[in-house]
Amino acid sequence: MSQRNGGSGPRTLVEKIWERNLVRAGDGEPDLMYVDLHLVHEVTSPQAFEGLVLAGRKVRRPDLTFATVDHNVPTTDRSLPILDQLSKRQLDVLEENAERFGIRLLDIDDPRQGIVHVIGPELGLTRPGMIIVCGDSHTSTHGAFGALAFGIGTSEVEHVLATQCISQRRPRSMELLLEGTPPAGITAKDLILAVIGQIGVSGGGGHVVEYRGEAIRALSMEERMTICNMSIEAGARAGMISPDQTTLDYMRGRELGPSDDELDVLAPEWRRLATDDEAKFDRTVRIDVSALEPQVTWGTNPGMVVPVSGVVPDPRSFEDAAAREGAERALAYMGLQAGVPIESIEIDRVFIGSCTNGRIGDLREAARIVEGRKVHPRVHAMVVPGSTSVKRQAEAEGLDRVFKEAGFEWREAGCSMCLGMNPDILSPGERCASTSNRNFEGRQGRGGRTHLVSPVMAAAAAVHGHFTDPRGLA
Amino acid sequence: MEPFTQHTGVAAPLDRADVDTDQIIPKQFLKRVERTGYGQYLFWDWRMTPEGKERPDFVLNQTPYAGASILVTRDNFGCGSSREHAAWALRDYGIRAVLAPSFADIFRENADQNGIAALELAPEDIAVLLERAEREAPLRLTVDAELGTVSDADGVVARFQLDDFRRTCLTKGLDRIGLTLQHVDEIDSYERKRWPALAR
Repeated sequence: MSQRNGGSGPRTLVEKIWERNLVRAGDGEPDLMYVDLHLVHEVTSPQAFEGLVLAGRKVRRPDLTFATVDHNVPTTDRSLPILDQLSKRQLDVLEENAERFGIRLLDIDDPRQGIVHVIGPELGLTRPGMIIVCGDSHTSTHGAFGALAFGIGTSEVEHVLATQCISQRRPRSMELLLEGTPPAGITAKDLILAVIGQIGVSGGGGHVVEYRGEAIRALSMEERMTICNMSIEAGARAGMISPDQTTLDYMRGRELGPSDDELDVLAPEWRRLATDDEAKFDRTVRIDVSALEPQVTWGTNPGMVVPVSGVVPDPRSFEDAAAREGAERALAYMGLQAGVPIESIEIDRVFIGSCTNGRIGDLREAARIVEGRKVHPRVHAMVVPGSTSVKRQAEAEGLDRVFKEAGFEWREAGCSMCLGMNPDILSPGERCASTSNRNFEGRQGRGGRTHLVSPVMAAAAAVHGHFTDPRGLA
Repeated sequence: MEPFTQHTGVAAPLDRADVDTDQIIPKQFLKRVERTGYGQYLFWDWRMTPEGKERPDFVLNQTPYAGASILVTRDNFGCGSSREHAAWALRDYGIRAVLAPSFADIFRENADQNGIAALELAPEDIAVLLERAEREAPLRLTVDAELGTVSDADGVVARFQLDDFRRTCLTKGLDRIGLTLQHVDEIDSYERKRWPALAR
């Protein structure tokens, strides 16, 4: 997308959004782009609001700004007071700021509270064609709807609050073409982990990725969100998928989304956003998914991943010196030896949740594996629904009973152990099968060892106490 | 924002690729509501033992690098979380420039916003500087954003490109919100086109 296409030629999804939201062409400077939806949470916003107050500025479009609490909130009994005073203060400060600037806030007691990237779509706030930003790198999740959605820092949060615009250079575009039909039982998480494994954790740098191919078209909206969510783990500025009938069907009947009448008007517009057949990308990467296996990470970044039937790789097998040293450090941190079969790795903890895999479909899939089985005696397992609505839905379907009877903890909604800002953390040396998005050193607690997997793999590991191909259990 | 034009300081080698922002500042330090005071937590898990003692094996704890203000590191520095606390921690600790072959996009923007020069150098130049920063410690370097040069006492050792906009913002310490608000008429007119009924 470095070259500008005229209005008439074939264009990509991101080019169409760029044209729709361009306030001012930068002419050597970055372009000024209009933001349709600004999502705000408690951790990356207080300094931005403080900056507004100090400069005597207002929020330009409180009606396009939406706040919730997710990173910091306890997932235990919410009728009890929050013990961590610093966490409590961040929640209080967001409440004060929302009140002061007239921003809608779904607070900890709201029945719609949840992880910002789970509730945006489920409430119908996320729509095709939008530019969506949030002070959180997993904002890329919303790209599943054909929106251009990306994470920003706190200074940019302040900038968007004050101007409703973001200053951006036109990104390069990358087509990520998944070729072939994945075998039965391969999840969206396996697809995206395999993609990151192939292109690397900086492979998408400077690019907006559009995921394409029949394997993507066949996915549900929830699965597409899992894919787009982890775009940032490949270093991409954003990840997106062109809108289609699946997108339109999802948009119907959302609490804060368009009415049925509005949808009838919007649907054709949204369909036209899809990348045109002859449109050109700056780069195309093809990945054959027809023989893909369930994936498990072995190291300390999401690109360090192998099939479940594989072994922990030998650092000497990496040609690049930096990659070799990185692998050696990763194995030392993870307490693993080269050549060890993945299926023999024993785990202590299981975490099912997060903006990557905390949606109702994820919980249904995991429950299917867990039903009638027991969590391995060594393993401490928990489920943290991505939103309070997801939790309520799961309870209506009896999934909570399935998990609890198997020995899982059933928690309140939030980011929880994905980043461990609340009390849900690993102890040093503990090994966790996690459905979250980052296996960085200390991410889930200092000294904790994280293996990223799909919800079904996490469920299977909870039952067996080690990794195993979940396809044999269903 | 404090302008960055030219800076001279000791270079510390952090010879790792893909340094993520969780390492630069771990999550337990993100609970504050202020912009300041994060320097003491920089690289916490790498710099400190679980008991809170300095780890002698970490570069910034070693005598020649005391007071280092230039970090030399590998590809994809600042990947992962968008937390601007990473830039705040580096700046508060005293780091004015980070030299690497590449940066994660969000980190580079956060660095720009805080007057930290996040500069992309050729991988060969980084390899040489990593080696020299260790062998010749304390190696003093001068980074000049106007000229696009990194120099030692004997002259220029590496060059970098900064586009005009980034260079101007960095060297003048421009307030980016103020800059955008110079174009508020264009924002108004965009809004009128999209929302004719919007009162303003």
